[in-house]
Amino acid sequence: MNFSSLFSQLMAGFGNTLLVFCLTLVFSLPLGLLVCFGRMSKFKPLRWLMQLLISILRGTPLMLQIIVVFFGPYYLFNMHLSGSYRVSAVLISFSINYAAYLAEIYRSGIQSIPKGQYEAAEALGYSKSQTFFKIILPQMIKRVVPPVTNEVITLVKDTSLAFVISYTEMFTTAKQIAAAETTVVPLFVAGVFYYIFNAVVAWGMARIEKGLAYYN
Amino acid sequence: MILEMNNIKKSFAELGVLKDISISVDKGEVVSIIGPSGSGKSTLLRCATFLETIDSGEIKYMETSAAWTGEDGTARYLPTAELRRVKSWYGLVFQQFNLFPHYTVMKNVVDAPINVQKRPKQEVIEEGKALLDKMGLADKADAYPCQLSGGQQQRVAIARALAMNPEILFFDEPTSALDPELTGEVLKVIRQLADEKMTMVIVTHEMAFARAVSDRVIFMDGGVIVEQGDPEQVLGAPAEERTKQFLRNYQR
Repeated sequence: MNFSSLFSQLMAGFGNTLLVFCLTLVFSLPLGLLVCFGRMSKFKPLRWLMQLLISILRGTPLMLQIIVVFFGPYYLFNMHLSGSYRVSAVLISFSINYAAYLAEIYRSGIQSIPKGQYEAAEALGYSKSQTFFKIILPQMIKRVVPPVTNEVITLVKDTSLAFVISYTEMFTTAKQIAAAETTVVPLFVAGVFYYIFNAVVAWGMARIEKGLAYYN
Repeated sequence: MILEMNNIKKSFAELGVLKDISISVDKGEVVSIIGPSGSGKSTLLRCATFLETIDSGEIKYMETSAAWTGEDGTARYLPTAELRRVKSWYGLVFQQFNLFPHYTVMKNVVDAPINVQKRPKQEVIEEGKALLDKMGLADKADAYPCQLSGGQQQRVAIARALAMNPEILFFDEPTSALDPELTGEVLKVIRQLADEKMTMVIVTHEMAFARAVSDRVIFMDGGVIVEQGDPEQVLGAPAEERTKQFLRNYQR
């Protein structure tokens, strides 16, 4: 087996892994906030709906969710979607799954802000949205960086689940090569890729944490 | 009258906290509210500042009714927009300071005047500098609250409240969270404000301070005003047995 060809094939797969990773974050980080708002809403039906949604998304395997999102439109609604739906299905399932976890992390962050902050904002006449975006959200972000780091690191590894619908991310590629060449080397190399990727992610998140350490 | 509260009733889960309380505060007047914990003094202040809703009664600022008892006997409040205007007439200083930790001292002071009152930025910043100077914190403008002592934080909180140019300032036990050696610096600036005829309502446990700074002292217990009047009389020669008892316990 040619090592440089293995490397370039895994790199191609890694490109797709990176795409899923980045876009999932882009979608799920704000989506999580919306789910969190719904989960904390005073309007009970919305709150219950979000609670149910979070419970399902956290209570069933992500792999199953990917399968449902990919095959569901055909089997449930007889919709014929083009092959490009594969990557959409991956992004949809990852984004909503991570949004559910992030929503609960955000909620814990919001609820940990002392009541006095709301009262001070109210006494100063800030509107509800000013209070949230100027006073609560920045402090919430600082508090949730460590648990969000956990999620982001898990996401790096979870991208490998996209193999279940044959999306050609790095792990799928590694498995294919491993099967074709009857060797575990590609899997091992893929493992090293994930590890290095995560080391970079952890470093980046630590930088963010440090950047927010100027106040308590 | 800057503030008038008439027949205020408030209970938490069937427990009467304020039982038909009426107070009024004139322009330039300094009123101290004293009393044992659980007497309802903080609740009264929180009702006056709309952090708690009253069950019934009337709250008037500058002759404007902000809350009143409706025909069904429950409290009605002004709509949000109009209530916001009323809220701009008072400032509140908390026991726990409640500064915004992610803002510098200066931003804590100027953010609400700029973004809530929509006043010109440059003007507000100049005023903020003058206020911090007055509080003896001119060199702390760029510091974050966590870098300050409790006494300094509370003085920033006072500057923050003053930056809104309120008609009346409320203090909810402003020195209760401070080390004894830091209470002096906070009491000093409140005294300075009293000398400038700032209208103030101060819930406090500092009897000597209340006596020195107030025009009127209100002693509350069990959700009612037991006694009120001249500080020398209420604190020096109280008429009510309950007041005497409280002050005796206090001196031990």
